[in-house]
Amino acid sequence: MAILVIAEHDHTSIKAATRNAVTAATKIGGEIHLLVAGSACAAAADAAAGLAGVSKVLLADAPHYADQSPENLAALVVATAASHTHLLAAATTCGKNFMPRVAALLDVAQISEIIGVESADTFVRPIYAGNVVATVQSADPVKVITVRATAFEAAGDGGNAHIEKLSAGPDLAQNKLVGRELSKSERPELTAAKVIVSGGRGMGNGENFHRLLEPLADRLGAALGASRAAVDAGYVSNDYQVGQTGKIVAPQLYIAVGISGAIQHLAGMKDSKVIVAINKDAEAPIFQVADYGLVGDLFEVLPALQAELG
Amino acid sequence: MKILVAVKRVVDYNVKVRVKPDASDVDLANVKMSMNPFDEIAIEEAVRLKEAGIATEVIAVSAGIANCQETLRTAMAIGADRGILIQTDVELQPLAVAKLLKAVCEKEQPQIVLCGKQAIDDDANQTGQMLAGLMNWPQATFASKIVVAGQLATVTREIDGGLETVEVPLPAVLTADLRLNEPRYATLPNIMKAKRKPLETTHPATLGVDVAPRLKTLKVAEPPKRTAGIKVADAADLVMKLKTEAKVI
Repeated sequence: MAILVIAEHDHTSIKAATRNAVTAATKIGGEIHLLVAGSACAAAADAAAGLAGVSKVLLADAPHYADQSPENLAALVVATAASHTHLLAAATTCGKNFMPRVAALLDVAQISEIIGVESADTFVRPIYAGNVVATVQSADPVKVITVRATAFEAAGDGGNAHIEKLSAGPDLAQNKLVGRELSKSERPELTAAKVIVSGGRGMGNGENFHRLLEPLADRLGAALGASRAAVDAGYVSNDYQVGQTGKIVAPQLYIAVGISGAIQHLAGMKDSKVIVAINKDAEAPIFQVADYGLVGDLFEVLPALQAELG
Repeated sequence: MKILVAVKRVVDYNVKVRVKPDASDVDLANVKMSMNPFDEIAIEEAVRLKEAGIATEVIAVSAGIANCQETLRTAMAIGADRGILIQTDVELQPLAVAKLLKAVCEKEQPQIVLCGKQAIDDDANQTGQMLAGLMNWPQATFASKIVVAGQLATVTREIDGGLETVEVPLPAVLTADLRLNEPRYATLPNIMKAKRKPLETTHPATLGVDVAPRLKTLKVAEPPKRTAGIKVADAADLVMKLKTEAKVI
């Protein structure tokens, strides 16, 4: 019996969050298998085989896994469940989509977004937007778990797992992908970035947001984020959003610019290692969680900051 | 076409919850309760589909204690035609709720089930996907746009890298994300009208569903608080501290 981690990938490489899920699996203890389901995804399987701690890669390569439809993916995972004690996936929009379906088909509970492993059947997870953490125990024969990536280190390389081909399940043809509009960016992904520069409503408009924050992000090799207020005001699209209803991040350095610090934003970034807040309102709640607070007009502070960084 | 909408009674989103002294659970005594905000968006979407002439009836379903009636009345004030309460005092977990909804789906035969993408109390984000799995229906989660034409729903979904659009044949389960719509305020006349709309009460045993919890909560706690740090004088001071003190740049 082993732990199965379902890999998220783009058919050529493994997504960063899967590495964190592998680390969560090592904390449970036991042999770790990685499932790569995709279409023409041998390169992703090779990358998976190189992950430290993984002993076997299960590769299901078929055209109907190209779009990662939750119905086909769940059916495949359920078919491999019998030989595994735990099924894990990163709590990304992909993992959150198909994993509960897997749990229901296996008639077991899902343990969502774990942030800690106490034992093979006991896990820690945030509830109430992270304002409370619960320790929960599962009596189910198979534990279906999604993993909050920011709570676990990323597994490194150096593994040499062997790749075993799985026969593909049937194509349920229940879900047809029409198109994807992905934000094109040379910057790192928000959830994997070491540094994040985030803007709020204080930026004033979308033009200021890009003109003032992008050079800073580029100088620091940072990802760009935004508060919900900035997204709702139309400065940037929703995939920039950090917070309870957006992405949960925990970078080494989080720079909040013109963000007041609503509870729902704090829920998404309060686990960052170092938080910097730049806001003209000295009473803004963001200063209560910031390691370094700079009270000032961002339109003066940002150019000065840029000049200091050189 | 019937649309079924699942609604949950949760602690109001403005309430700062506290942990009980014995750490067994959060303290819900005398706390304001409301409809889960994502479920409100789901109800609004269903009502709009009815107003657009696509749906013929919107049925709100809630499972839990007797007070969930209030949540159903709110749903009916927004525009749901009737309500079904599956009443129980047992703590309900997502798998149990999905099984209850399955039993209701088998009876009511809706073409679309709309759920909020997650409840803001347990943050599970499971029920819609579980129901879809149990019904062997397609699912389209985290919807920011829904277009229904004939027996096909075209759904724009919020995904980590941006947006994706999928087509699912009906019947299907769709879950609402934040940007799907802005729910209307229930007007006083509609609140009064909602009181006269039919509300049926049933029980898990009547539906033949075992709702015993699968997960046991051993304890709850408040996470370690972050404390405020220091104020820096200017950009030069900030850069110096980030370099020499925090060593993060």
